[in-house]
Amino acid sequence: MTGPPGAGKSTLVEKMTALFRKDGQTVAIVAVDPTSPYTGGAILGDRIRMSSLFCDPGVFIRSMATRGSSGGLAFRTREVCDLLDAFGKDVIIVETIGVGQAELDVADTAQTTVIVLVPESGDGIQAMKAGLMEIGDLFVVNKSDRDGADRLMVEIQMMLDLRPQCEGWRPGVMRTTASAGEGVDELVRQIQGHRDYLKKYGILGRLRKDNVRSAIVDLVRQRLEEKFWENAGIRSVLDRLAEEAAGGKMSPYQAFERLLEAREQNGMKPSTNKEQSDHVR
Amino acid sequence: MSRKLRILIAKPGLDGHDRGAKVVARALRDAGMEVIYTGLHQTPQMIVEAALQEDVDGVGLSILSGAHMTLFPEVMKRMCEEGLEDRLLFGGGIIPGEDVETLQKQGVGKIFGPGTPVQAIVDYIHETVRVGDV
Repeated sequence: MTGPPGAGKSTLVEKMTALFRKDGQTVAIVAVDPTSPYTGGAILGDRIRMSSLFCDPGVFIRSMATRGSSGGLAFRTREVCDLLDAFGKDVIIVETIGVGQAELDVADTAQTTVIVLVPESGDGIQAMKAGLMEIGDLFVVNKSDRDGADRLMVEIQMMLDLRPQCEGWRPGVMRTTASAGEGVDELVRQIQGHRDYLKKYGILGRLRKDNVRSAIVDLVRQRLEEKFWENAGIRSVLDRLAEEAAGGKMSPYQAFERLLEAREQNGMKPSTNKEQSDHVR
Repeated sequence: MSRKLRILIAKPGLDGHDRGAKVVARALRDAGMEVIYTGLHQTPQMIVEAALQEDVDGVGLSILSGAHMTLFPEVMKRMCEEGLEDRLLFGGGIIPGEDVETLQKQGVGKIFGPGTPVQAIVDYIHETVRVGDV
C-alpha cells in the first residue's frame, strides 16, 4: 500500500485486514514511517488508525522507521516480510511512508502494489505519471465522497490507456471511503484477483526472483560503499580533496578520480577477510 | 552504530488529554528515539500487545484521568505475563506523590508530573535503558 501522505493508507489497511480476518486468513502488517534526517528519531503513528486490530491474535503489526533509506521502506522491510512469511502469515501488508514520486522500493518488495490516492491528488497526477503511477497493480481513489473523485478516476483510466498494456492484467481502479468501510470489499476482491492472475500466468516465481535480485543489488551497493570507506585514511583524503574542489582547483569528478587513485595507490587496499567479517552487521 | 531505542507512548483509559503525550513523543523523537504512538483510549491489553509486537525498550503511559492506580498495575501485570518484565514502564500525568510512591514500590519507574522539562525524561530513559542490551 503506497501513496501520498494522508491518503488514508493506514485506515484502508485496518479495514482490509478486518475483511481478511473474516475470511479466516492471518495477517501481518509492516507499517513504515520516516526517520528524521536531523535527529535520527521517528514517530511511528500508523498504529493509531489500526487499534481495532490490536487484540486479535491473528494480526501482527510491526512499525518500522526508514533509518535513512530513501525508497519509502526501511532497509530491512524485505527481511521482515520474509520472516513473517516464514511464520506462516497468509497475507502480509506493507504500508510505505507517504510518498511523492520517487519512493518506489515497495514495487520490488510486494507481489501486488496498490496506489492509494485522494481526489485532491488530481492536480498532481500529471507530475506523478513518471514513477508512482507506473508501479501500480491497482489504484484506489480513497475519500471518494469528496469532490473530484470522478474526475480522478477518469484521469487514472486515461493514464492506464497510455501505459504499455500487459497480457492478462489491466490495473483496476476503484473508489473507497475507508473511514466508512465503503469499497474495501471490492479492493480485497481485486487484490485476490491480482494474485490469481500472478498464479495463472506463472509470474509469482519471476517476481520472487526479481525481489531476490534487487535484494542482492541493494547489498552490493551497501557493502561496497561500506568497504570503500573502511580505511580510516580515506576520510582525510576526502577532506583534503573536498577543500581543493571547493576552492575551484578541480571539479568533484576530478576529486572523485583522485580519491580512487589515492585509495588504490596508498596501500588503502580492501581490508583483510577477518576485518571484513567484523563489519558484517 | 548504536541500537535505536524504541519507546511506546500510550494513553490508557478514557481521558482525552493527549497534549502531554504528544509533547513527550516529539521530545523523544528529537532525542533520536523511535516512538510508537498508539493514540487515545487504549486498554492495558492493547498497550501490552503493542509493546510485545513492536519489541520496545520502554512503555510510557500518560494518565490524567485519576485511574492511575488501576491502569499502571494492570499494564505492569500484563507486561510480566508476556515476558516484558525487563522493559521499562514509566509515566506521567496528574498523579499524587503518595500514589507515585506506591506505584514505584510495585516496580513502576519514574512518573513525571506537570512542569517536568522534557530533557529530564530523555535523560531518564537514556540512563535506565541500557543500549546494546539486545
